[in-house]
Amino acid sequence: MENKFVNSWQMEAGKEKDVILSSRIRLARNLKKYKFPNKSNDLEKNKLIDMLRSKLDFLNDSGFEFYLMSDLDEVEREVLHEEHLISRGHTESTTTKALFLNNTNHLSIMINEEDHLRLQILKAGFEFSKIWEVIDQLDNQLDKKLEYAFSDKWGYLTSCPTNVGTAMRASVMCHLPALVLSGRIDNILGAVGKFGLTVRGVAGEGSSSEAELFQISNQITLGFNEKEIMEKLESVIQQIITEERKSREYLLRNNYIKLKDNVARSFGILKYAYQLEEAEALKYLSRIKFGQDTNLIKENIDQDLFSKLLFKIKDAHLKYNFGNNLNQEKLNIKRAEVIRNILNEE
Amino acid sequence: MLCDRCGENEASVHLTRIINGQKEEIHLCEDCARKSSKLNSDDNNLSFQSLLSGILNHNFSNQDSSFFSNKNSEKVICPNCGLSYQEFTQSGLFGCGECFKVFDKKLDDLFKRIHGNTRHSGKYPLSFKQKIEAESEINQLKIDMQTAVENEDFERAAKIRDEIHAIKDDMEEEQNGK
Ligand SMILES: [Zn+2]
Ligand SMILES: [Zn+2]
Repeated sequence: MENKFVNSWQMEAGKEKDVILSSRIRLARNLKKYKFPNKSNDLEKNKLIDMLRSKLDFLNDSGFEFYLMSDLDEVEREVLHEEHLISRGHTESTTTKALFLNNTNHLSIMINEEDHLRLQILKAGFEFSKIWEVIDQLDNQLDKKLEYAFSDKWGYLTSCPTNVGTAMRASVMCHLPALVLSGRIDNILGAVGKFGLTVRGVAGEGSSSEAELFQISNQITLGFNEKEIMEKLESVIQQIITEERKSREYLLRNNYIKLKDNVARSFGILKYAYQLEEAEALKYLSRIKFGQDTNLIKENIDQDLFSKLLFKIKDAHLKYNFGNNLNQEKLNIKRAEVIRNILNEE
Repeated sequence: MLCDRCGENEASVHLTRIINGQKEEIHLCEDCARKSSKLNSDDNNLSFQSLLSGILNHNFSNQDSSFFSNKNSEKVICPNCGLSYQEFTQSGLFGCGECFKVFDKKLDDLFKRIHGNTRHSGKYPLSFKQKIEAESEINQLKIDMQTAVENEDFERAAKIRDEIHAIKDDMEEEQNGK
């Protein structure tokens, strides 16, 4: 099957990837005079889609594909969501939603999500300045063709008052196993809140503690410019990276055998299991990543195992690659098989 | 820890936010987090929606009862999208860009509570930048024209007037071209 929706951007190189899996910037934009999606009827929303599709046709020449969300099947939509290329909301009520997607640069433009336009860019590792340049330029290109809803006082006008101003949400996905294991996580993340940042536990979009993955993003969008918002986020993240690494060293010094046992067991389970649930698989993969990043694991394993499998072992990806009709039991079997195959390769 | 919403399942999604020193935590199970359409993976609207209606309702309860009997404030309706301020306090969502003009007086207070700030200091749309530049140019030309008139240099004044018209035409063309 052609993999046009499977992006695997997560596998690319990036800074500080032992702690920061990915960076993302999202800009919300609305059009002047048009009612926001929450106040528009289906006809109005579809007219807007047609209008944007023709005004933004230049995007087709810069690597974007246009999709009506209703033209994608459920698995394709879920795959895009699992890859973080579209939001959960954009997989629902699909008859009034559309998407411009640029797989090469991991750019997406969601149409009729909460706002008329949501521009988003993703990059593996900790890389804000690079992705800001790209999305800023894309925003300027759109700006030339459209008339944005903007106020001198309050900046870019958005459906939700929390986004008003820069309408920018910058976030990182970080892997913080040592802070979780050492019990320091609550203190650290609590402190993060004081800097106007928000933290969410993520993993399979659910069980936070399982894979020790957290998403940290700016909460405030009004009163600071884009660079200031990113700098503030970066400086806090930099400290979290330092603390996570400190905790890793501390744990290695004081709980070496316990950690080694834990990592090795995780490895053993993934190498030999025949049925794995998503959260379970993520949990053990997270431990193996931890083992690799701390040299606890000596086995010859693909250094990028976690990035390689993070999306691939999710339900929709399995369905996409192995058949839409897989039920939960078969998915669990398939998931174990995919992981086993990679771990037993060499 | 149990889910704040259903109270049955183990909470696995945790949200923390601190605004002006007020800490708020929400703990949800996976099911409730999924069900809540507000919880986009790139947003934190869930915590925000509950918080916002808290802020807005708090706003109301802080007002003395005369606020409720004041029919005028309930009648504030956006002519472009039909959203009333009352509806806005319930949904927490604006209906269009015009709403901001209509609810203008109430918004600084709201933004202050959410962002701790009330003025944008980030990027501007290109057209807005051009508009500001064009407006300041027009203002300067108007002063020049006035001076020319005072000096009875009517030929020059007429020339400046044409320049002003040309800039205005350009601006309009720019708008219509979109
Ligand atoms: Zn629940
Ligand atoms: Zn309106």
